[in-house]
Amino acid sequence: MITKRIIPCLDVKNGRVVKGMNFEGLQDVSSPVTLAKFYSECGADELVFYDITASSDGRKLFTDILVETAKTVFIPLTVGGGINTVADFDRVLKCGADKVSVNSGAIRNPDLIYEAAKLYGNQCVVLSADIKRVDGVFRVFAKGGRENTGMEAIEWIRRCVGNGAGEVVVNSIDTDGVKGGFDLEMLDAVCSAVSVPVIASGGAGKIDDFITLFHALPKVDAGLAASIFHFGEVAIKDLKAEMAKANIPTRL
Amino acid sequence: MVAIVDYGVGNLFSLECSLNAIGAEVVVTADPHVLKQADQVLLPGVGAFEDAAKKLRATGLDAVLKDLAASGKPLLGICLGMQMLFEKSYEYGEHEGLGLIPGKVVPMEGAIPADYKIPHIGWNALRFKKACPLFKNIKDGDCVYFVHSYFATDCEANVTATAEYGRSLTAAVANKNVFGCQFHPEKSGSVGLAILKAFTELKEEDLC
Repeated sequence: MITKRIIPCLDVKNGRVVKGMNFEGLQDVSSPVTLAKFYSECGADELVFYDITASSDGRKLFTDILVETAKTVFIPLTVGGGINTVADFDRVLKCGADKVSVNSGAIRNPDLIYEAAKLYGNQCVVLSADIKRVDGVFRVFAKGGRENTGMEAIEWIRRCVGNGAGEVVVNSIDTDGVKGGFDLEMLDAVCSAVSVPVIASGGAGKIDDFITLFHALPKVDAGLAASIFHFGEVAIKDLKAEMAKANIPTRL
Repeated sequence: MVAIVDYGVGNLFSLECSLNAIGAEVVVTADPHVLKQADQVLLPGVGAFEDAAKKLRATGLDAVLKDLAASGKPLLGICLGMQMLFEKSYEYGEHEGLGLIPGKVVPMEGAIPADYKIPHIGWNALRFKKACPLFKNIKDGDCVYFVHSYFATDCEANVTATAEYGRSLTAAVANKNVFGCQFHPEKSGSVGLAILKAFTELKEEDLC
């Protein structure tokens, strides 16, 4: 039985992890390499590095830390942020990324997913979609959730999967940061529309939110979160032990 | 020294790093002489079977690998590298493999229940079917990381481990000194590293 994945997401700017963190025993909590290793040892099933750097100097720092991480952490690494061209795929894959997630880049260039999937395989291409309800309709937002593209989200996701996206990360802007649980209604709609793995993101505040997610929507493959892991509100070890107790297939 | 066969397929960086991490001396090479000198040989691979098989033949490495296998050299194929060990693959047509392990590679589509997603991607538990020297430091039920859309079948006699995904899928195989794993040990955390470590400790004389 395939296990449900727990994925911490690290925002990286100029080669450092942003958002304050506080872990006992960790000397350098803003080092992506240190944190990646820590999460891997705690049982994280996969890691996402999100590059929020805007400058080319920062991009270089990012790929440097990616190389360092790949040398010490042996679980799948997904990279997102600033992926606009096939050359961007190439740049991060050579540095040790296993999968690459595209968001605004796919909105700007509708051929990007198709081209990347053809070159690197569907399993390598992850669609990340920021979705928000507008007048009762799921809409795709671009530019980090700031701009309404006007596109209907389910149709957008279906099209991207048709073009070769091998996984979909669903970020609900409506539940993000609220810590009241994942957006089950939105996730259900996506799961019903596509047959590739779906990763839930946005809204997790406590262990029970993950249990509810996997019980209510057995088709969801993974839960992704950032701050609740970084701030120690949810320890991955505890989370996975509780999932196993709740009969959710879990890698312990 | 363990040699990774470099035949222009996929990214070998992670595999090389994982072997460095367990303290193995690693060389990435397409040179038959270096491969012959290696204590163990790893055949990696991602992408399409036909393309990979063509590249092996174009470089003459298919014959080199068959000779190495016949000489008793420990050989481990990973993912597509494992699939290449079989006689045939039915990935987009019909293609010949190295024929080092009896069996064939077929699509998962149609062979697993329709509500199971393809590719089979994620962490799944190994179910041991047979003793294997690669498993000496891991246990039945340990999870490893899979990414694949095709699987090996008609190879029951050589299956050492399976994984459940709507049906039983071939996860690892062995035929004397020739080994294969469908999953990625270099992405399977400490369990994967333990498998690679066991492989780098194999000696020709122990296996025949």
